Amino acid sequence: MRISKHLVLISALALLVSFTAYPAAAGKKDDTLNIALEKELETLDWYFNTAREGIVLSQHAYDFLIYRDPVTFEHKPLLATSWKWLSNTVLELELRQDVVFHNGAKFSADDVVYILNYASNPDSKVKYWTYVNWIKEVKKIDDYKVQIITHKPFPPAIEFLSCAMPIYPKDYYSQVGSKGFGVKPIGTGPYKVVQVEPGKKIVLEAFDKYFAGSPKGKPAIKRIVWRTISEVNTKAAELMTGGLDWCWLIPPDQAAKLAQVPNLTVVAGETMRVGFLYMDAANVSKDAFKDNPFTKIKVRQAMNYAIDAATMSKTLAGGQSKPVDSVCFPTQFGCTGDVTKYSYDPVKAKQLLTEAGYPNGFEVDFYVYRDRPYAEAIVGSLANVGIKAKLVQLQYSAMREKFQGGKVQLAFWTWGSNSINDISAIIDYWFMHTNDDIARDPKVLELLTAASSEMDVEKRKALYKEALQIIASQAYTVPLFTWVTNYCFSSELGFTPNSDETPRFFLAKWK
Amino acid sequence: MIVYTLKRLALALVVAVIVSLVSFMLIRVSGDPAIALAGEASSAEQIQHIREQYGFDRPLLVQYLDWSWRALQGDFGESPYFRLPVSQIMGDRIGVTMTLGGCSLAFAVLLSLPLGILAAVHPNTWVDRLALAIAVLGQAMPSFWFGLIMIIFFSVTLRWLPVSGTGSWRHFVMPTIALGYYATPAFMRLIRSGMIEVLSSDYIRTARAKGLRWPKILFKHALRNAIIPVVSLAAVQFGFMLGGSIIIESVFALHGIGYLAWESIGRSDLPVVQAIVLMLSLIYVVLTLLSDILNAVLDPRIRVK
Repeated sequence: MRISKHLVLISALALLVSFTAYPAAAGKKDDTLNIALEKELETLDWYFNTAREGIVLSQHAYDFLIYRDPVTFEHKPLLATSWKWLSNTVLELELRQDVVFHNGAKFSADDVVYILNYASNPDSKVKYWTYVNWIKEVKKIDDYKVQIITHKPFPPAIEFLSCAMPIYPKDYYSQVGSKGFGVKPIGTGPYKVVQVEPGKKIVLEAFDKYFAGSPKGKPAIKRIVWRTISEVNTKAAELMTGGLDWCWLIPPDQAAKLAQVPNLTVVAGETMRVGFLYMDAANVSKDAFKDNPFTKIKVRQAMNYAIDAATMSKTLAGGQSKPVDSVCFPTQFGCTGDVTKYSYDPVKAKQLLTEAGYPNGFEVDFYVYRDRPYAEAIVGSLANVGIKAKLVQLQYSAMREKFQGGKVQLAFWTWGSNSINDISAIIDYWFMHTNDDIARDPKVLELLTAASSEMDVEKRKALYKEALQIIASQAYTVPLFTWVTNYCFSSELGFTPNSDETPRFFLAKWK
Repeated sequence: MIVYTLKRLALALVVAVIVSLVSFMLIRVSGDPAIALAGEASSAEQIQHIREQYGFDRPLLVQYLDWSWRALQGDFGESPYFRLPVSQIMGDRIGVTMTLGGCSLAFAVLLSLPLGILAAVHPNTWVDRLALAIAVLGQAMPSFWFGLIMIIFFSVTLRWLPVSGTGSWRHFVMPTIALGYYATPAFMRLIRSGMIEVLSSDYIRTARAKGLRWPKILFKHALRNAIIPVVSLAAVQFGFMLGGSIIIESVFALHGIGYLAWESIGRSDLPVVQAIVLMLSLIYVVLTLLSDILNAVLDPRIRVK
């Protein structure tokens, strides 16, 4: 009895002392950057995850062959010092000779040949298949020279090599396999991975042997502790208490509040994600519905006139968001706004609906998988011209399944192009008569097919422009605006977001 | 007694099978797992590739039977998302959930004991009502809201406790209170009514007549008898807490089983979801079974019924 009394007393004292002594977490003082990302990263092997988090990690732990400047989108040497097309299907690359992997192994052509041949082999079943399937074979010419042979002319090859396909050490990867690599990865990147708790936590440490002359530069911050926190309020509280130095994807209302907290900086940075409404012009849903107003061009044009994308962009998205006239991000190769424009004009929309035979509008199910506030604004705009859109919100996979199954007439999609600065990363999915294509325009298909293997830059641009002009004049979609993400970070941190939605902490520093 | 136990056991098994079947079907209805796994920028070709790779193209019943047959042998398969054995992923995270569940249960019992006893000693007075009000408040507040309020108060304002994570025992203080407080009223009411009943019984009157001291009567004689039903309630509540920690784990970014379940549903990681549902329902069924048997041992009348 006496013992337990003591125990209670001691515990109570300990509790009191430890409460008052609770230290503020990390940050600038111990040169550790505490960051939180949204999703649990399934594996650290880039080829086998499809999450944004995987792209972010790959920039830090690995290097690609080519570097894409995050501001100018210019292609610069990284692991490859130079490259040239020997023919329409043969790309030759010279490699750096002064690069070592985190485990000390020397980087050479063998590593490039091994991993690219492995990934582009369908038997490897990589998840990022569409990013590697253009490669037919990779050949070693000498220790520091390789040739990439493509199946057919593949114009965005350089772009793909600059934002995808990290290079791993051949010996280590072949020994541990993707699974072993996924929890203990080795790369050549500016940070090495020192600790992995799958899905929970990753600790990165600056790699002291990172090669001089890399356009990424030597990292200024020593350690990065990367945690997974999905609950927004929790992230906000961690930021306020100094438990986190950086996070993103903060909803606008929370961001506005956090902006008022001293020591925190909030930036609404533009991303490559664009939003658009897609209407069933090809009548893919004919078995599911009796009437499909969207087969009539006047109805599709009316939809465009009814929605005030510019105001939505300004007031709902805010920050650096911009309205778009085509379904692509303005910096993407081939993207152009030189197409038929539909300014906000509800009167004209009503008139077009009357001409199309819908003087009193119509009812339609409106499918949405994210950004409900935007969708609700759209519902309101459509109601103004008499279109009664019934909001149906589904999980992404459920919605895409319904959409591909021809059960959707009107859907709200967004597309981030995986940060690839080439229009093929968006337009091919939606207009090349895939299961996701509900416009199915034969002329557009012809133009896109020609563009997909046109190596002449100007000719390729012209082909995409023509395709985009048809898409706009036929009003297959209602292009909306570019998305922003709210970055929130400690004011002690010098950090600049980029529109490719890939934070680069090797460029960040303490102020 | 054996017949009774066997009957309960058979019922428990049926419940476990039904739960696993229903959860299997419900998850399939929520969307094509291959599309979810393939991620956003995936082509039809890629999706088909994944569908075949993980056998999602087979008839549902075949998939279910295949899964249950292997689960019976203790093989829960591999998570297509993490590409790790499900048992390994769950093993990594069960500790957090069990710790949280255990601490919360202890908290709930420790809080409800004094409240229940106080209320029973002073029935129908303001003390009774106050004790009840304190307990009921726990059930009335949504736990995620209560959790956030605590974060604002203890972490943001006072800076006493860390907001989220599992680094130390400090990280468990707020989640424990948030989860445990919710279960308090059930315990408190049971202790109160049990104590009131026991305190009015003959042997307590005898004890008082013998001149025993009041605290001794209360804790040594009365409480021991009043607490028996609490034990069986605790078993059931523990099951609730393991399942109910989903929200708390996500608020406090504790990477336990609940958080894993929540995330896995979103990304259609079926083997993980199925294994978690099966495990939680089995724990629940086993705990309920144990409490049934315990009650039957303690109270012969139940056996006869």
